Amino acid sequence: MRPPVIIGAGPAGVRAAQTLVEHGLRPIVVDEAARAGGQIYRRQPANFHRPPEQLYGTEAGRATALHAAFDDISDRIDYRPESLVWNVQTGWLDVLHAPSATTRGVPWSRLIVATGATDRILPVPGWTLPGVYSLGGSQVALKFQGCAIGSRVIFMGSGPLLYLVAYQYAKAGANVVAVLDTARLADQIAALPGLVTRPSTFGKGLYYVSWLRAHGVPIRRGIRPLRLLGDNRVDAVVFEDDGSESTLSCDAVGFGYALRPETQLAELLGCRFEYSHGERAHLPVRDEAGRGSVEGVYLAGDGTGIMGADAAEWAGERAALALLADEGTVVDSARARKLESRLRGLKPFRRALERAFPLPEDWAALAPDHVIVCRCENITAGDLREIVRATGADEVNRLKALSRVGMGRCQGRMCGVAATHLLAHSTGLPIEIVGRMRVQGPIKPIPMAMVRKQEGAL
Amino acid sequence: MMTSAFLLHRLADTDREPVDFTLDGRPLSALVGDTVLTAVLCQHDHLRRNEFSGQPRAGFCLMGACQDCWIRTSQGERVRACSTFIAPGMALLTKERTL
Repeated sequence: MRPPVIIGAGPAGVRAAQTLVEHGLRPIVVDEAARAGGQIYRRQPANFHRPPEQLYGTEAGRATALHAAFDDISDRIDYRPESLVWNVQTGWLDVLHAPSATTRGVPWSRLIVATGATDRILPVPGWTLPGVYSLGGSQVALKFQGCAIGSRVIFMGSGPLLYLVAYQYAKAGANVVAVLDTARLADQIAALPGLVTRPSTFGKGLYYVSWLRAHGVPIRRGIRPLRLLGDNRVDAVVFEDDGSESTLSCDAVGFGYALRPETQLAELLGCRFEYSHGERAHLPVRDEAGRGSVEGVYLAGDGTGIMGADAAEWAGERAALALLADEGTVVDSARARKLESRLRGLKPFRRALERAFPLPEDWAALAPDHVIVCRCENITAGDLREIVRATGADEVNRLKALSRVGMGRCQGRMCGVAATHLLAHSTGLPIEIVGRMRVQGPIKPIPMAMVRKQEGAL
Repeated sequence: MMTSAFLLHRLADTDREPVDFTLDGRPLSALVGDTVLTAVLCQHDHLRRNEFSGQPRAGFCLMGACQDCWIRTSQGERVRACSTFIAPGMALLTKERTL
């Protein structure tokens, strides 16, 4: 029998691998990063020496436990780091090994997709200026490289990461000029009943906010980003605060609106998607155990809907148990039920987070025509609106075909949410009706020489 | 207020071995374990110019998703700066080759 394949070595992928190993299997683990841990528990290069407490704060215990679990099974798995799954089809993965610039096929009969998430972005004029990074990117600079994105940093947008990254920067000695949150205090108060269902996580969030305040970092809520200023790099943020325009000087900006799942591989696999009102996105459907709608495909972690790192660990283990059961292995069904119950139990908290840090509903209405939506090819909101007016396009893939939005190198990762919201606003249709941007392989750029080589081989 | 000419600021783990590389022909030094992005942006303000607007770009997501941190080498290759480690002798170019 073919070994199972796991894509991704974050919290979900690692726990899935560990579970399969414990049942005597030797899975193939393919991961784009050089070291396991995913984004949240991303490890610094081996010659860095900061202790886990400095890198992961209150999550140090979880991070080190996950790393230890992976190190412990490393000689019992077929681990392929620095390897990008750039295409997938039934029974077959195309994997690019970056250091050797070679691509090879990996056959599979059962596949656990644990591809994680990236920042959810709603553009603001000036967001392509050097010195402007996503919130997750700001965190990666610090965690993975020991660097701050600037010397006077503003963090902006919304979501739990906003306060966490600001706290981590300030704690590491960076000058955090301000935290600008589009969510209102009223949103956070309205979300309280759900937030208190996870008192320790909620408590950490409160701690970051109060620590920032105690250390003199201004926090503004209910703001709207208007524009980022600068010629060759960002030097100020202009935002609306209580009905009037404010300007703050800075030399770097980290921004984003929570996270969006990386669903490209699930889509290429032919998994069925459904619209999630909470996440305002189409997500691959899975059963409680993590089975996707396609035989042999299992989905776990944030790549199938944002539930956070703890949930990813549980879902990874649960999906592996489902895979084992489907192969006829006897598994601990009480454990499986317990994991499902934990995952269900987390839902009120996740819904409360969406309530506390809502995606600004008015973004599309307020976005000026000149704002760049597609940073790959410089397509503006005005370009998209004009195409909608001229052609009557009312489906996002039609808009993509006509404008090239989502066809650039990022394949819609950075612009997809914005393009979909703009189209919904321009047509007056709900997001779920304008649809989701479809993807094609290669899902990330691969060297042209390699494509030619492959074509030559046919 | 003074703004430095480079983007990234090192806050920790600076006691690493140096790595020599060149940027637009200029000899520079980074630290072992730096990504190409870190190596360049700790002493420069962009990685390349956008192919459509000509405006400077310096990456965005730092996790291999946005594809906006590609930089050219003198060998004519492109590397994704956020996920490629700096190596001795790398010759990086932020400017378009003039024909």
